[in-house]
Amino acid sequence: MSAPFMSLRRCCQRSALLIVTRRPRSSSSVSPSHPPPLHTRLLLSLTQRFYDVEMLLSWRSQWRRKGIRKKNAYYGYTQRFYGSDLAAAYYVLNMKGAFRFVGQTEWYCPDKRGKFNWDFLNHRDTQLEEVNMNYTLINYTGLVNLEEQRSLRTLSVRGCSEVDDWFLARLHVLQDSLEELDISHCPHITTGGLAALRNLKGLRRLDVSSLPGISSPGLVIILLEEMLPQCQITATGYDLSLR
Amino acid sequence: MSTWRRLHVKVQTTRGLLTSRPVTQRHTWLKGHVLLCQSLSTCTPLRNDFFKDLEAQLAAMRKKAVDALPGSSWSALEINPNLPPERADIVIVGGGVVGWSIAYWLKQKERVRGEVKVVVVEKDMTYSQASTVLSAGGIRQQFSLPENIHLSMASADFMRNINEHLSVLHEDPVDLQFNQSGYLFLASEDVAHIMETNYSTQRDAGAKVALLSPTQLKEKFPWINTNGVALASYGLENEGWFDPWTLLNAFRRKAISMGVIQCCGEVTDFKHTTNMVMTADGEHLGLRRIHSVKVQMSNSLEYQPVECAIVVNAAGAFSGKLAEMLGIGLGPKDTIAGIPVPVEPRKRYIYVFHCPDGPGLDTPFLIDYSGVYFRREGLGGNYIAGTSPEEAEEPDTSNLEVDHQFFEDKIWPYLANRVPAFEKLKVTSAWAGFYDYNTFDQNGIIGIHPMVNNMYFATGFSGHGLQQSPAVGRAVAELILDGGFKTLDLNGLSFRRIMAEEPMLERNIV
Repeated sequence: MSAPFMSLRRCCQRSALLIVTRRPRSSSSVSPSHPPPLHTRLLLSLTQRFYDVEMLLSWRSQWRRKGIRKKNAYYGYTQRFYGSDLAAAYYVLNMKGAFRFVGQTEWYCPDKRGKFNWDFLNHRDTQLEEVNMNYTLINYTGLVNLEEQRSLRTLSVRGCSEVDDWFLARLHVLQDSLEELDISHCPHITTGGLAALRNLKGLRRLDVSSLPGISSPGLVIILLEEMLPQCQITATGYDLSLR
Repeated sequence: MSTWRRLHVKVQTTRGLLTSRPVTQRHTWLKGHVLLCQSLSTCTPLRNDFFKDLEAQLAAMRKKAVDALPGSSWSALEINPNLPPERADIVIVGGGVVGWSIAYWLKQKERVRGEVKVVVVEKDMTYSQASTVLSAGGIRQQFSLPENIHLSMASADFMRNINEHLSVLHEDPVDLQFNQSGYLFLASEDVAHIMETNYSTQRDAGAKVALLSPTQLKEKFPWINTNGVALASYGLENEGWFDPWTLLNAFRRKAISMGVIQCCGEVTDFKHTTNMVMTADGEHLGLRRIHSVKVQMSNSLEYQPVECAIVVNAAGAFSGKLAEMLGIGLGPKDTIAGIPVPVEPRKRYIYVFHCPDGPGLDTPFLIDYSGVYFRREGLGGNYIAGTSPEEAEEPDTSNLEVDHQFFEDKIWPYLANRVPAFEKLKVTSAWAGFYDYNTFDQNGIIGIHPMVNNMYFATGFSGHGLQQSPAVGRAVAELILDGGFKTLDLNGLSFRRIMAEEPMLERNIV
């Protein structure tokens, strides 16, 4: 690299560091001994100086949120022409989840590229019994497509980044039928959301492993077991040793 | 080659001569003036001192010149940087959650960046007496007035998507610590029919509420004693409690990042002009228009008159006092000028107690028909309880001292009656806060005062201001910038009902 470019890069590094250290950081996830990488620091300093950069970055986050909102939209058209059960099935397949109809043993799931078999259209007015939405982008608004499924027995939303406490609160619509729930590895669930599971009195198996949002997992698991006496709770992946 | 070598040797010898000369000099001086040599070598010679001073003085002169040039921030007049600006478009009096919510929504709704200049004036930055931070932090949709239900539902929607609204670039996301536990209202025989009508109103408005019979109640919550309970109303979704300080700071951080100016000071006076008109009844009315607000700095005689176009009164418990500065309510009785703003502070106590055998994670925010309420606080068996005292026994509002006898007389018996496990409890802490109590009908007042042309009120919520603050902020911003309500129709909560003396009573006030 040529000498002037090197000196420019060094100058940018130094000025970026200066800007970063001047801003009072409330509580950064990165410890002070590990400063964020160069491109983050550069972006931060540009954002603080130029309105255009700030606007572009906010557009980026708005675009991402718009994408999630579009995926979780209400499938009203499908519901009107095919019925709410097929609409729910279509929604699950579009989100790259898998499901099983009531009374059947075959699972319908899309392949790696998102393509799926359209045979499920043959089974009109058959409710879904098990839904697997692991590692998908399902969120609170997306649950509107699954609200009519009164025979839903198993719901698995393992590792979903958009599942939060409000999603758990909305699960009360399935309170009569839901027997098995898997919410492990979801980063945005906290203790306040687990309190919302009190409505699911029919729950028999609950998996709350490795939830990073809970502060004192041992106590929370005990309180959950008291709250849902007939439910078998699986909670692995926590460090319950006394510190 | 040999010439270079000779030259090289000559240079070396001359160098040797040069270096040796001082040695020889010292040798010659050694006999006589040795002492003189030694004393002179310890202190610095005068000629060096002068040059160093000169350097320092030149540096100071350079600094003064740079300061005097345009572009530096030095000025001969010592201006207090904490004063509010001399001119602003909208001055919001009161830096609680309602005030900051209005400031955020004003900036959110403006069409051009920098269209409105908003200043929020708060008299106490420690928020020691502010109702926002002293509240129990609950949110519910179980009201009897449809406007209240819609306000709460809209606020719950806001809080669900709070990071879409209030996240600032490169700062931590907002975590409200929302407990999705729901509210549980208990009704006795005589008020059960009111609860049923309320239930149908809430269902029509879209709230997710369920009615429970005593047997269902006992099945769901085995720790409740259902004696005397005829009906219970239970919130399934969008109800619970959260951290009010986080919400306030989230609004404040986002509003400041969008350009709202924060000022720490107290509004002591208004400069206004009065236009006397004659009403149809032959009554003389003084229509006022505010021109500037006098903001007094704390612990100082300094003040700044802020010229403004619109003033928003979000001062909470102290809104009535603020309105009196304009002369509202000081006219003769039975006239419009004689009707004051019916908001006054009312002191309410909250007690924190610990009960080891109390109800667990599924404890809702339980409100008994006697008026006593409690909720879970944290995971360690701590609970928060309180009640509204009778009208005749309202405590003194000059301070925030807690009356501990009140808990023993008025709260504990009902608590122990409702939850038998609470017979054994220990009060660990207590605090008191003000309700901005609307003495007329205990519902919020949102809108312009008929006598003051440019003062908007957003006050009098009587204990549910925090839970309605996001929606109220949006409503007031719509009133100011769009001229009317756009999303929620809150015309029922305007001053008209106070002037016409038609109370819109809320039956579910806690």
